[in-house]
Amino acid sequence: MSETKSFNAKDLSEIEKLTAKYPEKQAAVLPVLWYAQDKFGHVDPSVQKLVAQTMDLPEALIYGVVTFYTQFYEKPMGKHVLDVCTCLSCQICGGYDILHYLEEKLGIKAGETTPDGKFSIQSVECLGACAYAPMLQVTNDKYVNHLTREKVDQLIEDLKAGKQPGFESNKMPQHENGSD
Amino acid sequence: MPNDWKTYKPLLLPAIKDLHEISIYEKNNGYQALRKILKDRETWSPKNVTSEVKTANIRGRGGAGFNAGLKWSFMPEPDGKPRYLACNGDESEPGTFKDRKIFEFNPHLFIEGAIIAAYAMQVEVIYVYIRGEYRPFVKMLQKAIEQAYEKGYLGKKVQGSDFSVDMYTHMGAGAYICGEESSLMESLEGKRGYPRVKPPFPAQRGLWGRPTTINNIETLANVPLVMNYGADWYLRIGPDTHPGPVLYGISGHVNRPAVYEYPAGMNIMTLINDVAGGMRGGKKLKALIPGGSSTPPLRADMLEGVTMDADSLREAGSMMGTAGMVVMDEDTDMVDLIWRISYFYAHESCGQCTPCRDGTGWLEKTLRKIKNGDGELRDLDLLLAICHRMEGRTICALADAAAWPVRYSIDRFREEFERKCKKTVYAVA
Repeated sequence: MSETKSFNAKDLSEIEKLTAKYPEKQAAVLPVLWYAQDKFGHVDPSVQKLVAQTMDLPEALIYGVVTFYTQFYEKPMGKHVLDVCTCLSCQICGGYDILHYLEEKLGIKAGETTPDGKFSIQSVECLGACAYAPMLQVTNDKYVNHLTREKVDQLIEDLKAGKQPGFESNKMPQHENGSD
Repeated sequence: MPNDWKTYKPLLLPAIKDLHEISIYEKNNGYQALRKILKDRETWSPKNVTSEVKTANIRGRGGAGFNAGLKWSFMPEPDGKPRYLACNGDESEPGTFKDRKIFEFNPHLFIEGAIIAAYAMQVEVIYVYIRGEYRPFVKMLQKAIEQAYEKGYLGKKVQGSDFSVDMYTHMGAGAYICGEESSLMESLEGKRGYPRVKPPFPAQRGLWGRPTTINNIETLANVPLVMNYGADWYLRIGPDTHPGPVLYGISGHVNRPAVYEYPAGMNIMTLINDVAGGMRGGKKLKALIPGGSSTPPLRADMLEGVTMDADSLREAGSMMGTAGMVVMDEDTDMVDLIWRISYFYAHESCGQCTPCRDGTGWLEKTLRKIKNGDGELRDLDLLLAICHRMEGRTICALADAAAWPVRYSIDRFREEFERKCKKTVYAVA
């Protein structure tokens, strides 16, 4: 039996704040699911049930939303989820090479999680970083751009050591000659 | 006028350090357009603002290229009940990565534009829908919104006027289709992102059944320019029929892939060879996707004299889309590329309409077969037949967006597709 999941008083007040942005409570489904995923690491059926009960909405509706959007994890994932873009610009600039290198390095295929639960790899659609290909996103957060095997190695080492990547600002070439 | 690209200074994303901070933005003419409007409400009534923006002909930068002011004018007269502005920062069209630059480098320009749009349409609530993958950018915009509230540009009685407006961010969670305006509204209402049947159009029945206008982020960022310097000034930037600055997102096999801001109507070869530093490794240019994955690919020999604006690209056989240009060199395998685009659309089809749900799947499967060397010549006819059964037969344009790259690639790169197919002719036994 898995332990029963619940929201505490602080969670409930945060959820109330999220709901207040909209004229109807259902509109807060995506924000509340994000909140729940941040807290529990995923939105598996037990979390979906909790969200449904908390928002007083049908469980089927929550399930429908969760399964429509790719960023909601329907089951527990690895501690670090590596989403490698292989779409269009990333495809023609080595996205698959990076994906395959990661698969080889971690000994798993895209869509799988390492046995120690540390890493999951996914091949994903365009992440909107086309000029900085190949690239990947770490657990629905920071982008790591201009990937090379060395950069991938470093990223894995950092994540193992508990160090999350920082935000990489990609300056516009027109900004590089200094400010006006 | 700033039409010579060599001397052009960016207007949407000027090279000013820390422009994302409201104090720096204010020092650089920021929120002046909004102040000007609120100070002289007689000259700048909502109708007059709409008319000025309509005259400026800001063509929607999200892909459709529709006159933004004209779109605003579709909103019915206020009836005292809520009406909404939804800002589209979904930016999921493969090859597109420009709006994130606005969130990072000049968020207040967009916020000011959205407030002016809200004023013009007499809207009191603005939602900014941003794709879930852009989490760090959502945080940046959120911070800018908080600053705008502190300075009284958002909230009750903006700058002491009787105009009040709120702005909220809403984060998607990974679904290309949510960039389609009616799907975006469904997603904002907390549902699966299924596009709605039109009519009724959003201006009649949008969010929660109320009048709603959806504008792209870059489109709204153009609004303060128009209101500061006038429609006449704006119309002198770029081509007559497609005025204003454009954020060109150039990616693929060039030496300096990046987002660049130049007037609309830039010569494509200038963008590739001069702006983006030419082809990587001295390779030859093979093809270009001019405005995101759904715009038909053009062969290198079709690009002579073609410029990045709606008219020129239509004549050349493609579309402006989002100006997300994907440059491909001679080593690019077009069959592989088109298969991957088809895989994308099959993955992103919402599944509501059969021609799209099944069609995108069959395009992907058939192209996979050809790419793996198991295709036959008749599969090319099959692909075209599937395209024909998809185009124009669905609720939204995703089916068309999926069919066009396939249709036009088979037409324009026929030899390459044929080479991949087995030349077997099956005799009737």
